[in-house]
Amino acid sequence: MASRALYSSRHRMLKKWDDFEDMLEERRRSSDLRYALRCYTPSLYKGLVPCKASMLKTIVLQSDHLQYVIKQVSLESGESSECVTEEASLILDEMAHRLQLSTIRFFAFTLSKAFKRLFRSVCVNEEGIQRLQQAVQEHPVVLLPSHRSYMDFLMMSYLLYTYDLPLPVIAAGMDFMSMKFVGEMLRMSGAFFIRRSFGGDKLYWAVFSEYVKTMLRNGYAPIEFFLEGTRSRTCKSLTPKTGLLNIVMEPFFKGELFDVNLVPVSISYERILEETLYARELLGVPKPKESTSGLLKARRILSEDYGSMHVYFGHPVSVRSLAEGKINRSQYNLLPRYIPQKPSTDTHEFLKDAAFRLVRIQEENMVLKPWVLIATLLLQNPDGLDLSSLTEQTDWLRHLALAFGAFLDWPDHAACSEVTSCSLALHRHLLIVSAGHVQLNVTEALQVDTTPEEAVFHRAVVVLSCASYRNQILHVFLRPALLAVAMQSANSNSKDDIYNCFSFLRNMFSNEFILCPGDSVQDFEEACYLLMKRGVLQVLEHEIVMSASGQSTLAFLCAVLDPFLQGYQVVCRYLCEETNENLTEKEFIPAVRNFALKLILAGRLKCYEALSSDLQKNTLAALLRLKAVRKVKVGDQVVLKVNKIAVNSLEDTLGGKIPNQKPVLARL
Amino acid sequence: MASNGSSRSSTAQQRLRIIAGHLQKRPEDENTSVAAHECKAETSRSDPSSLTPVPKRRQEVMKWNGWGYSDSRFLFNKKGQAEFTGKRYRLSGLILPSLKDWFEGTFGASLQHKSPATPTLNLSAVAPPNLNEPFMEDLKAAGVSMSHDPEDRVFRAHGHCLHEIFALREGRIGRVPDMVVWPSCHSDVEKIVDLACKHNVCLIPYGGGTSVSSALECPHEETRSIVSLDTSQMNRILWIDEKNLTAHVEAGIIGQDLERQLNEHGYCTGHEPDSMEFSSLGGWVATRASGMKKNIYGNIEDLVVHIKMVTPRGVIEKSCLGPRMSTGPDIHHFIMGSEGTLGVVTEVTMKIRPIPEYQKYGSVVFPNFQQGVACLREVARQRCAPASIRLMDNEQFQFGHALKPQVSSIFTSFLDGLKKFYITKFKGFDPHHLCVATLLFEGDRGKVLQHEKQVYDIAAKFGGLAAGEDNGQRGYMLTFVIAYLRDLGMDYYVIGESFETSVPWDRVLDLCRNVKERIVRECKERGVQFPPLSTCRVTQTYDAGACVYFYFAFNYRGLSDPVHVYEKVEHAAREEILANGGSLSHHHGVGKLRKEWMKESVSGVGLGMLKSVKEFVDPQNIFGNRNLL
Repeated sequence: MASRALYSSRHRMLKKWDDFEDMLEERRRSSDLRYALRCYTPSLYKGLVPCKASMLKTIVLQSDHLQYVIKQVSLESGESSECVTEEASLILDEMAHRLQLSTIRFFAFTLSKAFKRLFRSVCVNEEGIQRLQQAVQEHPVVLLPSHRSYMDFLMMSYLLYTYDLPLPVIAAGMDFMSMKFVGEMLRMSGAFFIRRSFGGDKLYWAVFSEYVKTMLRNGYAPIEFFLEGTRSRTCKSLTPKTGLLNIVMEPFFKGELFDVNLVPVSISYERILEETLYARELLGVPKPKESTSGLLKARRILSEDYGSMHVYFGHPVSVRSLAEGKINRSQYNLLPRYIPQKPSTDTHEFLKDAAFRLVRIQEENMVLKPWVLIATLLLQNPDGLDLSSLTEQTDWLRHLALAFGAFLDWPDHAACSEVTSCSLALHRHLLIVSAGHVQLNVTEALQVDTTPEEAVFHRAVVVLSCASYRNQILHVFLRPALLAVAMQSANSNSKDDIYNCFSFLRNMFSNEFILCPGDSVQDFEEACYLLMKRGVLQVLEHEIVMSASGQSTLAFLCAVLDPFLQGYQVVCRYLCEETNENLTEKEFIPAVRNFALKLILAGRLKCYEALSSDLQKNTLAALLRLKAVRKVKVGDQVVLKVNKIAVNSLEDTLGGKIPNQKPVLARL
Repeated sequence: MASNGSSRSSTAQQRLRIIAGHLQKRPEDENTSVAAHECKAETSRSDPSSLTPVPKRRQEVMKWNGWGYSDSRFLFNKKGQAEFTGKRYRLSGLILPSLKDWFEGTFGASLQHKSPATPTLNLSAVAPPNLNEPFMEDLKAAGVSMSHDPEDRVFRAHGHCLHEIFALREGRIGRVPDMVVWPSCHSDVEKIVDLACKHNVCLIPYGGGTSVSSALECPHEETRSIVSLDTSQMNRILWIDEKNLTAHVEAGIIGQDLERQLNEHGYCTGHEPDSMEFSSLGGWVATRASGMKKNIYGNIEDLVVHIKMVTPRGVIEKSCLGPRMSTGPDIHHFIMGSEGTLGVVTEVTMKIRPIPEYQKYGSVVFPNFQQGVACLREVARQRCAPASIRLMDNEQFQFGHALKPQVSSIFTSFLDGLKKFYITKFKGFDPHHLCVATLLFEGDRGKVLQHEKQVYDIAAKFGGLAAGEDNGQRGYMLTFVIAYLRDLGMDYYVIGESFETSVPWDRVLDLCRNVKERIVRECKERGVQFPPLSTCRVTQTYDAGACVYFYFAFNYRGLSDPVHVYEKVEHAAREEILANGGSLSHHHGVGKLRKEWMKESVSGVGLGMLKSVKEFVDPQNIFGNRNLL
């Protein structure tokens, strides 16, 4: 059932996706109430140990694992073990879900109403549903949806209810819980809440991991969590976290389960509900605290059109086949299994690799709307384009994207101009369309009293909103684009030189994009293959040569990465010019933002994306990883110590200057 | 040779007298003491040949291409009913009415589709022997019995692994020993080993031939003359010491003879591996065997007091019969489990016990396997395990049911129906989940009954219901006839085998489930058309864990190379066992079949230690069967 080969780049081009079905259609035709009250009989896991939600708590508290940790904590802290048990019990109360079918029915009713107003269609691949139906019966299932919107997990539960699948329990961030009433509603619809950070808290970790594992082992319900850890504000996939993945894989490693099925789910929105909210957040306008009143205020969004939504249930990935030959399970033989064990280096590597690959599957199965192509083009042409030329270029880009394996939802038999204007209409709030000329809405007449800074921010919101759509297709162009930039900056056609540049860029951007660690050569070959297939370049034995017709494609690809190159350079430049010896980590983002703002105001920088805190954070993470910046603890502050020479050299290299350090990277 | 013969016949006569004495003296004891042995084959007491049931020409009484005695086998008669031929077993001559349905239902096999074996050994397929003439001449001079008859050689070229039997049934003969020698005492073995060293021939010790680890297979790469050293004629009990309760026995004796002869003196060893009808004392020592009643008597390592082994370096033995010593690492542990790589075990002093006064079978039905394992664990925790306690899973329970002979009266069948109704309907046990534990109690009558109550009380805490002696006894019978059943399966496109492991208590359930599932999955992936039989039972309990036994069989119609598929699946199952915290083997040994995992199992240093012992003891690799290392 579960696919063995997780991912193979060459096969991606041959990949066939399933067909979609609009599940709202049925909802528009029949009674929502009857639907909410219908008979719900999901197919169940064959090894299910029947158990009520309330029983879970007892099982967890009495588990050998938790008992062991309680004893340990009590020994270390000197508290009595009753006290520690009480504490564990409280943690569990705070965490536990109280999944109830009645709440789900309530949501089934209300969400039907809401979804019908918000979306034109909600398309689901039915074959994926069928596969899932099989998978849930065979082995415990873990659902791994992408995370772009609050809608995601409501939608997941809604869909699973609709298709008679077992309702999942969902790992949710604690911030939801603070929303009165809604938090409880979510709890009753299967959400369990985990603290955002509990690094050193042994007891918390033990309760949490035992809770998840118990549900998994007993086949209580599919476990759902977000690999990316949080909503991606940029619509780019985030570097996955491995903590929860380890928890759900461990029962297999330790032989407690024969296998676990991981099901990546890709949820894509034609228009994201939180679009401008995200952009503001990236620009430093703090995120409003989740509150019920906030949610009610947000109900005006109900009156807008958010186009269609696609949910693609990927092939179940068997943990057993993933781990075959990579994890030596007998490493768990010598310790009683209830004693918590930190993952070994091998296991850690494996988890990281698996997490990346799963996110890549999410990316690949993400349906892309024509608008993402248009957004990409509009961002590359800040002065706008004629409608006709935009249409023409969109069509060109469409073919390029398809050749690179994009999962594009292009209406059948529709003329390109028609598709383009439809997309423009849906996203008109980001655009100015006049006299056949299309432009991003960056010059809209502003109120008189706005300061230049406010004007910049206003434009930046539009650019970042638009970028969030372009970002959805980045994974398609990423590898060829890295190659294109590498060819531009390498000082020869030599394959080795180009590979070194490619590898440098890939390394630099590995916090920004999903680039599986250790796949450098594969990625390079994939990029070469794709561009060769398009006739953009010729790959000879030792050289890579651009074809005569390849210029426009390469230019486009370079432009795709340009905002990131510029953004990273801005951060580097800031760090080099910054004189403050005691720059704290906290001050970093606002300081860089100010620096970029000044550059823009001075007309020395055109790239609004440099203002994005996401990009700034990623740059810092990359610099830390490359050891060009160090974190030093001074008092209770974390101070950034900058190696200016290293940062300067990185900036130069990003700017296309010849790397003067001898590359020590893997040879082809 | 001649003197040997005459001395043997005189001891034989002496023994006959003793038997006669026993028979006359204690006729009433007969009923109780025989009860335990009813499961395995009984050679008739009036038959004088019973004193040497293993002749040099084994093929005269045993199958050359299957398990056990030639006269005993399962077959489907003209009416399509299964029956077991011969007179040796309790099941012999009986009709098993439900076996056919179970067989067809479980494997998707059909009586129409037969895969018969080659009826007779094709002697021309046996390669001519590669004889070492000087060795033979010296041997002749030393007066050691030998043969290079092809049938003798073929018989000693294999154990009972599936691939070995399958090849024989197809008439395929691989490398076989070039000759067979039959030493009749320790000093014969010394002479043989000396000469083998002198002439550089390869010796492969052969006891009962029941190996299931490819241990008897002749290594392909061996270019020297291979001599099979058959210990079957070294089968005497040399002395019995009633003061210390020990017996000194020649290592070639087979289990049933040892027990019977000791019984005549009122003693037993209590060592009863499932193969005891054919396996030999020397073989037990060489593989670290385990007996079903180890809870009372211990495994082979607990039973031996003294071992004498002939190696190329000379004889290894301890200087006294002290019950335990602290004299560095126990040299017995280099011998036990050496699998014929270091020398030939010739004589063993082992513990004996008076024959128990009373024996009783029993059985308990559990609602599911989990409860059953929990009960066994509790029994082990309280250290009150009966002589034997075994837990079969549901598939094996059903299998056991299929072996129920035709009931003699309407009353018994009515009673059976009532029992079934009680358990499934009244007690609510799901017939597809319930499983059964079989028990054997032994000791003096009062204690047995007390013990029995204790165990049934524990069982009751885990939802177990006593299910009668009959079910218990049938369970033990299964182990003696299962190997015969494999031959029946092979007549109808079904192949299978068993394998075992030992595992800590907390992992028993997970291991059983995962291994069974792995087998099913691997079969499916390798194109096996019907779901396999994949079943297990817990056969031994220890303080810290249990021994688990798996049976696995499938219908191979439609497969071009069924043995290869079988081996792949077994390999995967073993990997799964190791990954789930199980051991490489509990008592079958490593042989050549499981060699590849030795390093992983005992660490590189451990393997190095064993290798250096081999290097010292047998630098010429005279004992060249290439097992273990």
